[in-house]
Amino acid sequence: MKRKIKIALLRSLCIISATFTCALVLFLTVYILAKGVPNISWQLLSEKPSYLSGKIGILPDILNTVYIIVAALIFVLPLGVGAAVYLTEYAKNKRLVAVIEYAAETLSGIPSIIYGLVGMLFFCQFLGMQTSLLAGALTLVIMNLPTVMRTTQESLKTVPQSYREGAFGLGAGKWRVIRTVVLPGCIDGVITGCILSVGRILGESAALLFTAGFAHTLNGFFSGLGSAGATLTVSLYVYAKEQGEFGVAFAIAAIMMVLTLMVNLLAMLVGRAFKRRRNYE
Amino acid sequence: MKNPQAFEQKLIETIIYIVFLFLGLVTVGFVLLITVYLVIAGIPAIREIGILNFLFNTKWASTASEPSFGILPFILTSVYGTAGAIVLGVPVGFLTSVYLAKLAPEKIRTIVSGAVSLLAGIPSVVYGLVGMMVLVPGIRKLFHIPDGASLFAAIIVLAIMILPSIINVSITALEAVPREYEDASLALGATPVETYFRVSVPAAKSGIAAAVVLGVGRAIGEAMAVMMVSGNAPNMPELFGSVRFLTTAVASEMSYSSGLQRQALFSIALVLFLFIMLINAALNFFLKRSKE
Repeated sequence: MKRKIKIALLRSLCIISATFTCALVLFLTVYILAKGVPNISWQLLSEKPSYLSGKIGILPDILNTVYIIVAALIFVLPLGVGAAVYLTEYAKNKRLVAVIEYAAETLSGIPSIIYGLVGMLFFCQFLGMQTSLLAGALTLVIMNLPTVMRTTQESLKTVPQSYREGAFGLGAGKWRVIRTVVLPGCIDGVITGCILSVGRILGESAALLFTAGFAHTLNGFFSGLGSAGATLTVSLYVYAKEQGEFGVAFAIAAIMMVLTLMVNLLAMLVGRAFKRRRNYE
Repeated sequence: MKNPQAFEQKLIETIIYIVFLFLGLVTVGFVLLITVYLVIAGIPAIREIGILNFLFNTKWASTASEPSFGILPFILTSVYGTAGAIVLGVPVGFLTSVYLAKLAPEKIRTIVSGAVSLLAGIPSVVYGLVGMMVLVPGIRKLFHIPDGASLFAAIIVLAIMILPSIINVSITALEAVPREYEDASLALGATPVETYFRVSVPAAKSGIAAAVVLGVGRAIGEAMAVMMVSGNAPNMPELFGSVRFLTTAVASEMSYSSGLQRQALFSIALVLFLFIMLINAALNFFLKRSKE
């Protein structure tokens, strides 16, 4: 009898916890959308803030976010894929592999505020980039490197060894094998890494506050990279904490919710598609 | 060289090898860069203030005419805040992970995992915003205090934010438990629920420990959400008082700091970095053990 009660109790505790987690997600989603969506207007999305008319627009922040994502990906993809190729294809020294992997784990554990600080010291001050989107993007490159590296490594491991051996048997050199057999096989990992990085960059704020700053000027891509600018999340923080514009903050929060949802769905669909394709092969 | 083509081929291969070796070492370079920069930037202020005075003085008044740079309030706030988040977040996360890994039907599992990964993807400023607008006024009314922005609000926000890390890592650990262990227990007459808690959970304990450590790392490193709900006064920690964490101490004064004050902020970051390195080492230890 006692045993039965205990079992029932444990079981219901598990179910209650899971329900609580779901309820939390549901509450957050509904609350943010309900508070934010009514505040989204075409004017908000298509204009820049103007002190003269007192209007607030988030177009510069949207563009800054896009610029920073593009710039960060341009740098992080070659670095991450290269590191993964080195680890799976070249590295023979087990110690060195362990060191590199430990370094990657360390990077993924470092809080973003520390990235922000080092980014400010190194990119903005030492390399003289000032507070700029480029400095912010480069800081994010360091942050996202472990992610891209890991996803690429995972997908490289699924390229069958026999493919490589076959290519070597036909007389191809190592670089040729990597170019024609290994790299095409890691496209899954690269895409997954891209999606995860985009998600992380969208949500990042602490690392950007002191590297990319919080200006709301409207810029083109290249002039934008050279000047300071807030991404959507940073401007959410500024509007909520510094200016008390909660309507705008909730509107941005709602946009962030929808984007997060889309990134998650995309990651799931892509993951499924790749899995199916691999089984099919 | 008799065969120039073979020579050329070899040269290309060597160059490519060096390029990839370089790319492989970039990660290590970044870690060194971060460490070196934090140490170089963080040491001067600690030297000037004195390490004991810096770490154990309870008064932080960086802009006063006679400035005092004691970061004990920040250290203790970070420790208490993290501990509180773990106390609230781990039980919920752990039980949810047992449910998802072992008890839930396939369909529910897919839905709940989707919800958990959404929770993981929500930006920290959004948590901060909701905390500011819901939690802070709620705490003010519920406990009849003048301002709800407090350590307690931060603990709740952190507990929610570490849930996904705890759940995902624990699920991986629970799923790695060999099927035979569970079958043996079931065959001996234990019910499924008993089996999961008496056999699967102990077998996965290193992985679950890793999940908790990961949660600690996430909680101690969070800055923006905490900054929006904790009030930001450099007081010694009190559950319903306005407090400042190690992370928020750096973030809140950085933009207008100068001189020794600025250097002291770098020293705070160095202290935070040391905490994180310890946590990383612990995480690595548990992950390695759970793999064996």
